[in-house]
Parts: sequence; C-alpha cells; structure tokens
Amino acid sequence: MSTAYVLEHPEKGHIEYTDKKRHLWMSSLAMPLFPVLGIALYFVFDSQWMLVIPLLFNYLVVPFLDYAFGSDENNPPEEIVPQLEQDTYYRILTWLTVPMHFIVLIAIAWFVGTQSLTIWSVIVLALTAGSYSGLGINTAHELGHKKPELERFLAKIVLAVPAYGHFCIEHNRGHHRDVATPEDPASSRMGESIYKFVLREIPGATKRGWAVEKERLARLGKSEWSIHNDILQSYAISAILQGGLIIAFGWIMIPFLAIHNFFAWFQLTSANYIEHYGLLRQKEANGRYERCQPHHSWNANYIFSNILLFHLERHSDHHANPTRRYQSLRNFDGIPQLPNGYYGMYILAYIPWLWYKVMDKRVLALPHINGDLSKVNIDPARRDEIYAKFGNGGHAVLAS
Amino acid sequence: MGKYRCPGCDYTYDEAQGDAHEGYPPGTAFESLPDEFTCPDCAVRYKEDFEPLAE
Repeated sequence: MSTAYVLEHPEKGHIEYTDKKRHLWMSSLAMPLFPVLGIALYFVFDSQWMLVIPLLFNYLVVPFLDYAFGSDENNPPEEIVPQLEQDTYYRILTWLTVPMHFIVLIAIAWFVGTQSLTIWSVIVLALTAGSYSGLGINTAHELGHKKPELERFLAKIVLAVPAYGHFCIEHNRGHHRDVATPEDPASSRMGESIYKFVLREIPGATKRGWAVEKERLARLGKSEWSIHNDILQSYAISAILQGGLIIAFGWIMIPFLAIHNFFAWFQLTSANYIEHYGLLRQKEANGRYERCQPHHSWNANYIFSNILLFHLERHSDHHANPTRRYQSLRNFDGIPQLPNGYYGMYILAYIPWLWYKVMDKRVLALPHINGDLSKVNIDPARRDEIYAKFGNGGHAVLAS
Repeated sequence: MGKYRCPGCDYTYDEAQGDAHEGYPPGTAFESLPDEFTCPDCAVRYKEDFEPLAE
C-alpha cells in the first residue's frame, strides 16, 4: 500500500510523487528496542558485555550502513510539499515517540537500580540511555519547530527527559537567527575542537534561551520566575521524573542521571558541531547578516541515518524552511555535503586532528569560499595559525 | 489595522490581534514592534522582510 500525491500544475502539468520512505519512517517506533536490546541479551547470555552492543551499533554499525546503503535518491518535488505536510500519518509518528523516551529511561534506571552491576556497566547504560534521550532532543527539535500548539507542548514534555527544557526556545529563536555567525554559540568555528566548542555551546545556549524567554515574559509583564516560563515548566517535569528515579532506585541514580543528561546534551552538541562548521554569513550594508543560505549548513544525504534522525541531515532545507515537516525536507545539488552520516561524523569530530584533516579542506573548497579565509568562521584564538597554514592574502587557493 | 506576513513561513502578524504568546497586546502596530523583531515562527526573516497584506 502506498500513497501517491498527485497535482495538476498550471505550468508544469501532471506531477505525481510516491514517498518510498513512507513506511520506513515507522522505524522510529522500533528505535526504543535498541537501547534495551543490550539488557535483553544480558538476561539471555548472563554477561555484562552484552550491554555495550547498542553503543557499538550507534557508532560502528550506523556509519557502516550509511556507507553501504549510500545516499537517498528520494526527493519530493517542491509542488508536492504542501500535500506531504498535510498528511497526518507522519506527524503521528513523532507524537508516539514522546512517551517512549520516558519509558526507556525508566526501564534502564530500573535495571541499574535493581541489578548487581560493575561500575563500567552502569556507565555504559547511562551512555546508552543518554544516546536515546539525545534522539529525544531530535524529536523535540522536529516538534518544537511546528506551528500547532500541541506539537510545541509535546516538545516541552520530551525535553524534560534529558533535562534540556530551554532547547526549543534557544534553538528556534536564537540559533536560527544567529546561525553561521561568530555570535552563535551553536555554530562551530574552523580550528575549534568539539571539546572547546562544548564549553561555549552548552552554557551559551542555556543563557541565550533564558534571555529570549525572559524578554518575552517581560513584555507580558510576568516574572521569569513564574509558572508562565516555558523553560521552567519543562525543568519542573525533569525534577519530578529524575527526582522520582532517585527516590525509587537510590543514590546510584545520581551519577547515572548525571552521565545520562550530559551525554544526551552532548549528542546535540555533536550535531551542532558538524552542522555549520566553519561556515559564515556575510554582513550586509545595513548591518544585518545576509539571510541564511543553503551553503550555510552541512548536509548528509544518507538514507540510513536520515531515517534515524527524522531527516535532520537535510539541514540546508531545514534552515531555509524551519517550520517544514521532516517528511518534506529536500536535498539539493551543490550544497555542502559531509562524507558520511552524522554518527560517522561524530566519531570523526571526537578525534580533532582527524576532523580538521577531513573537514578544513572541504570548507575551503566550497564554491562560495574558494579558499578565501575571510569567508570562513574561524576560531579567533587560532586565526593566525590558520592563516599561516591556508591563507595567501585572500586569493583563491586550490584545496585538494 | 493591517496584517503583515513573513515571506518565508507565512506567519501573519495581525495588528488587531497582536500576538498574545509573544507579549504584543491587541492593537500593537507593526511599526512599534522592536527593530530586532524576527519572525516568531521561523526566525529566518527580519522585521523589514515582512510584507504588508492587502486589506
């Protein structure tokens, strides 16, 4: 069974599109099985080594499958996008994943709290739970950009699992406004390692999110310390959820949840790090930055990880049309492309010298940059070093 | 009282209604929104990008 979208276009004539990925998107419902798979295998084989399988899947198997399955040739015609947007099937899938994030965290916390485990197993489980809650931030990202109240409400709820309630406000109103500028704590700079970036990104985003919400509440004549604060509402749910887990399963929950929360945040940090690395919008005569263009985001058009991430990797279209739903996001020719999917690129980012080796030449080779370092977002602390390495007075260099 | 539309995402600011969530009461003129106003839905478009809608 497949749904064909048909349009009689006044100029282009008959347009027909079938979404071949329609049913693949249902795999978001199976995703919670992965974090608990290790636990199931632990009971079957009675070995704590089994617990590491989900993480190995994320960071070794997913990059391989991106390589093996390759790029995604499906691309809805722009004219069909309004019909895809209207199809409620897609949005229901995102809604259904929201409760799953609560269930998985509680299930893993129960396991940690009731089994006799080595410290290493607890750490592995906290990282596994954190990586699934990182996907929860991705779901919140999809939901939080949408116009219906219900979806923004669900975004606030799911963000409570990793205790990151400020994300949607900071992201929608801060990151999308400031993306690919030196002012954006969520856009990484050339020469900036992910370990330096995370220290700028997490506090910077938290501050900006709070400032945006404070400004809105001030216009409403309400205190930032009131129940009207959308960020505090989400944090309150986090306090109930995580406080409840500590009461239920004891002190072990404190380090477990700390690692879980941080690792979920760090998934977002990783995505932010690779999405705009080195890219820079130019200032216009009126002092505003040029509007965010497709060449201000890195994309990864790999089918496997795009299914895992609700098309987050089709990032240029997302920044051009932030309210567009995941199923409608499109790939374009000639936009910055990463050499693997996000999970493979995360691994690369965690090894900074390798990241620079792979990415710096790709930044410089982009047609709109063409070796001109003045068009690159560079870490100020490493500017001289980078100019010494790549610069030649602003003239084009051939980046091989 | 006029209406102004974001050319990117079609968010429409209606002066008669204002925007309760954003803290702009009914009757707030588009002109009097802050200069750094960006589209509340997509944040891609600045105030000066908004298009007045015909009555």
